[in-house]
Amino acid sequence: MDTLGSEVNAAMLTALLKMKRLRPGSPPFVLDVSIQVPTGITILFGPSGSGKSTVLDCIAGLVRPDSGRIAAGENMLFDSESGVNFSPQARCVAYVFQTLALFPHMTAEENVAFGLDALPREERSARVEEILKAFRVDKLRGRKPAEISGGERQRIALARSLVTQPRVLLLDEPLTGLDAHLKAAIVDDLRAWNAAQRIPILYVTHSREEVNALGERMIAMDHGRVLSEGTPMEVLDAPRHKRLAQAAGFENLLSGTVMDLREADGVMRVRLSESACELEVPLGYAAPGDRVRVAIRAGDILLATSEPHDLSARNVIEGRIVAMETRGALIQARVDCGVEFIVHLTPGAARTLELSIGGRVWLVLKTHSCHFVEE
Amino acid sequence: MDALLLSLRLALCVSAILLAGGLPLAYWLAYSSWRGKFLLEAVVALPLVLPPTVLGFYALLAMGPRGPLGKLWQSLFGHGLAFTFEGLVLASVLYSLPFAVQPLIASFESVDRKLLDASAVLGAGRFKTFWRVILPLSIPGVVTAIVLSFAHTIGEFGVVLMVGGNLAGVTRTVSIDIYDHVQSLEYGEANRMALVLLGISFSVLSVVYAVNRQVGRQISRRLWTPWAAK
Repeated sequence: MDTLGSEVNAAMLTALLKMKRLRPGSPPFVLDVSIQVPTGITILFGPSGSGKSTVLDCIAGLVRPDSGRIAAGENMLFDSESGVNFSPQARCVAYVFQTLALFPHMTAEENVAFGLDALPREERSARVEEILKAFRVDKLRGRKPAEISGGERQRIALARSLVTQPRVLLLDEPLTGLDAHLKAAIVDDLRAWNAAQRIPILYVTHSREEVNALGERMIAMDHGRVLSEGTPMEVLDAPRHKRLAQAAGFENLLSGTVMDLREADGVMRVRLSESACELEVPLGYAAPGDRVRVAIRAGDILLATSEPHDLSARNVIEGRIVAMETRGALIQARVDCGVEFIVHLTPGAARTLELSIGGRVWLVLKTHSCHFVEE
Repeated sequence: MDALLLSLRLALCVSAILLAGGLPLAYWLAYSSWRGKFLLEAVVALPLVLPPTVLGFYALLAMGPRGPLGKLWQSLFGHGLAFTFEGLVLASVLYSLPFAVQPLIASFESVDRKLLDASAVLGAGRFKTFWRVILPLSIPGVVTAIVLSFAHTIGEFGVVLMVGGNLAGVTRTVSIDIYDHVQSLEYGEANRMALVLLGISFSVLSVVYAVNRQVGRQISRRLWTPWAAK
C-alpha cells in the first residue's frame, strides 16, 4: 500500500446535510443530519424510509443536498458555501448498493478490475488478485454474477469497491438475505481488510441482528434526523424514540400517564392507559400528567405462578395468561394485566411452572428494564 | 438487378449512418433531463405519422438548387443534391430515424440505473459507462435498430419518388422499378423483382430475429435468473 494513500485514509468522514424534497401526496421529506464517522465500522440504523440511503447517496455524490458540507479527512468533497462539489467519479468514495449492482455481462474479475483502468496492466492484475484472495473469491474470477451464489456475490461487490483504495466505504444493507454464519464470515473479512486500511465505513441497516454482530459505534436516525448515537448498547437498550424502540425489537410498547416523579430515588411512576397498572420507570424528561410510552423487552419480564415477596424488583403485576404460542426456541405468552404484556420464556421454564391459558401469574419487572420513550 | 443492388446499397448506407448518429441521439434522449426534450422526441417521431410524400416534398425543397441544403452541397461538391444517390441517402436517413432511435432509447432506458451509479462511483466517466456498461447491455436494441432501419429503407417508396426521381442506376430503387413495370403492364418482370425482394427481406429478418432472440435470451438469463439456480 502506498503510504501517502493510507495517511489520507486515516481520517474521519464528516457530513452536514440539509435537504428538503417535496413528495406528491405526502408531507415533504426533510433531511437534517450532522454525522461523524471515525475509521472502523459505524452503523447507520433506522426504520426504512428514515433517510439512511439518502445520506449515503449524498456522501457518494449521487444526490446533491440543498446545503451542507461533506469532508473525508482533509479532502472537502462538498461545501455549499464555497461551491465545492466533486463528482461521484472524483470523490474516492466506495459504495456497495443493496442490490450490489454487479455488472451482469462481466466476469467477477472484470467487475473487480472495472475501477482500475488508470493503472498499468501489471499493477492492476496484482491488485485484483490480492483483493480476490482477501475476500476468498479468487476461484470465481471467470464466472458471471448470475453463476455465483448470494454470499459470494456480496464478497465480489465488496472487493470491487475496495480495490480502488477509497477514502470512505458506504454499505447499504449489503448483507441482507444472508444467514448469520455467512454474514459473520464476510464481516470478519471486511474487518481484517480494514485493519490494514483504516478507513471510515458507514454501514446502513435496519436489522437489529446485524447491529449486534457489527457493533462498535452506531447512529440511529428517523424522519431525516439523527435520534441518538453511541455504542449499540447505549442506543438500542435505552431507546428514547417510539419508532426506534419498535425497530430495536421492544415487544412491549405501552402508553401511560406520568403520576409522580421521585427525583431522590431516580424514578417516576407511570400509570398504564385504561388500567390500574402502575410501573416504576427510570426518571426521564417528563412532568406529572404527561403522556409517555414505556418500552419493555419480552425477554426482560419474569413470570411467577405465586405472588412473589421480598424482591429487589419494584414492579410486580398480577395478570392472567390469555395465549401461548411457540416461536422457534422460545414460548411467547400474552398476559392480561388490564393491559396486555408479551412475555418470552423458554419451553423448559413453561413446563416447570405448568403454565396454561387462563392461569394466574405475576409479572416481575426491574425498574431499569422499563424504558421511557418519547413520542 | 441494378435496382436491387441500388436498394441494398442504399439500405446499408442508411443503416450505418443511423447507427452512428442514433447512438448519441438515443443516449441523449434517454438520459437528458432537459425540459424541452419532448420537442426533439416529437421531431424524431414525426416520420412515423407523416405521409412519405410530405417528408419527401420538404426534403426536395431543401435539396433543390435554391434550397439551403442544395446550395450548401453545390458549394462543397460542385453539383446539386436533388436526384442524386447522396440526396436519397439523406432523405432516407430522416425517414427511418425513429426506427433506429426508438429501439435504442427503449433498451438504454431498461438498463438498471444502479449499474450506472455503480459505474460512476467506481470512477467511470460518461463515455466509459456508455461503452462498457450501457451498450453491452443494449445489444438486442442495437440489433433491432439496425434491422428496422435496413428493412424500412429497402421498402420505402414515397420519399424516393419525391427526392430521387427515377434515374436508372442512380436513384431507381427496387420499389420504384416494380412500380414502373406494373405501370407498363409488365407483370412478369414486376413479379420477378417483387419475389426477390420478398425473399431477401424475409431471410434477412428471420436471421436477425433468430440471432437477436438468442442474444436477448442470453442477456436476460444473465440478468434475471435467480442466483441460486445455477
